[in-house]
Order: sequence, then structure tokens, then C-alpha cells
Amino acid sequence: MSENQIFTDFEVVELIDEKKINFNKVLFGKNFYLINIWSSWCEPCKDESDKLLELKNDTSIMMIGINYKDKKKNALNFLKLHGDPFDQIFIDKQGTISINFGAYGVPETFLVDEDNKVLKKYIGPLNDKDVYEIKNITNH
Amino acid sequence: MKSKILLTIKILIISILISLSLKNITMASTFSEEQTINITKNLRCLICQGQTIHESNSDFAESMKKYIKGELENGKTDEEIFSSLVEKYGQWIVYDPGISRNTLLLWALPLLLFLIGGAIIGKRILKKYE
Repeated sequence: MSENQIFTDFEVVELIDEKKINFNKVLFGKNFYLINIWSSWCEPCKDESDKLLELKNDTSIMMIGINYKDKKKNALNFLKLHGDPFDQIFIDKQGTISINFGAYGVPETFLVDEDNKVLKKYIGPLNDKDVYEIKNITNH
Repeated sequence: MKSKILLTIKILIISILISLSLKNITMASTFSEEQTINITKNLRCLICQGQTIHESNSDFAESMKKYIKGELENGKTDEEIFSSLVEKYGQWIVYDPGISRNTLLLWALPLLLFLIGGAIIGKRILKKYE
């Protein structure tokens, strides 16, 4: 998905209890949603974990993680080691959910507004400049 | 004796039905596989150099193949799959872009160049004979 596009609905599976849910139902109750595609085997994902933890403090954002082609055990270990910035985490075992997002790989992050419109798309790990830009958008 | 014949007929009918259903399943999956190949041959691997999704073994291409198979299993047509991927990744993902407002110039340019070239050559020939 590129900027200004609206997410079409598709089914996702939760990491912890493996419950199926429609993604549009997840995007509810907040002004902004930060969707981050990550994996425990992805080195740049480790680099951006502190940036995501910083953004977690912004109460207007719901942090959503999409765990890409990973093992549940490894994913949980990664979160224990690097911190868990996510309010909800979904699994993408085959990489097909990420295709629904129009993603190329990991890490990739989407800032979405309450109308499910993509405001920003970040390919690669988030950096300080990106965090500043996201905070600027969500605090206005 | 009669019951033996009846049993044999029953077994024959059941085995024919089983083989027919197995044939249908195989045919359906082959069809879907062919369709997947046709679609992936017309999709550009966006993270590779000059490869189609069909040719590439990259992580992105493998995910895309699984995604397309899933969409076909869900009953989506080729056109629906292409248009949803163009919506997600842009026109660049398709090797053979259809005629749209964005690609009109691309399609019309060879014809325009041919007409302009023809006009220039025609003009020169006319000038020569005058």
C-alpha cells in the first residue's frame, strides 16, 4: 500500500492465542495505528526496537506487530530480549499477510489513521527522523 | 453366488467413483498451478533485477506465489488479482500493463513516433520529386 491508500479487509491470526480476526476490526478505537512488520531473524528489526518502544508511549497510537515468517518461540524470545512495543501481534507464517499490506519484506512500518488510510510508509528500520515525523503527525 | 456378484459390482462402482473424484482433484490443482504460473510470469519481482515472480526464488517472490495461489483458491479471477496487486504495489509490478490513463502515453508513443517518422520521410520524398 502506498500513502493515502485505504486498507482493504483481510483475515489475520493472533500470535499468542492464534485466534482469527478481520484486520478492519483491529483498527478500532484509536486515532492512529502503527503497523510494524518484523521478525526475530531480522537484524535491522533489533535496531529499530528502541524506536518502537519510544513510540509506544504515544497514547494516540495503537502499536500492531506483524510477525513475519517466524517461529512463535523465537518471536516471543525476541520480545522478551528487546522489549515488547506492541498492543497486538499477528502472525504471517507464509508472508501472504505482508503482501496484503503491499510490503516488500522486513522491517516495514505503516502509519495509518482512524479512517484506515495509510499516512506514511517506511521501508527498512525506523530511525530518529522517522520517529520525529510520526510524533509530529500524531501530536497535531 | 448372487451375493458375491453383487459385492463385486459394488466394489467396482465404488472404485470407479473414487478414481473419478481423484482425477477431478488432480485436474483442479493442475489448472490452478497453470494459472498461478501464467500470473507470476507477468509479475515483476520488485526486489530482484530483471526477474519475474515466476523466475525468482527470493523471499518476496515465494510469498507472492503463495498469495496468488490462495487468491485463486478463494475464487478470484486473474484480472482481480492483477488489479489488487497494482493497487498495492503500483503499475510497475505488471510486465504487461493494460491501457489506462497512466499508461496511455506508453501505448500511444510507438504509434505516434511511427506517424511522425512516416510524415517526415513522406515530406522528404515529396520534396525530392518536386
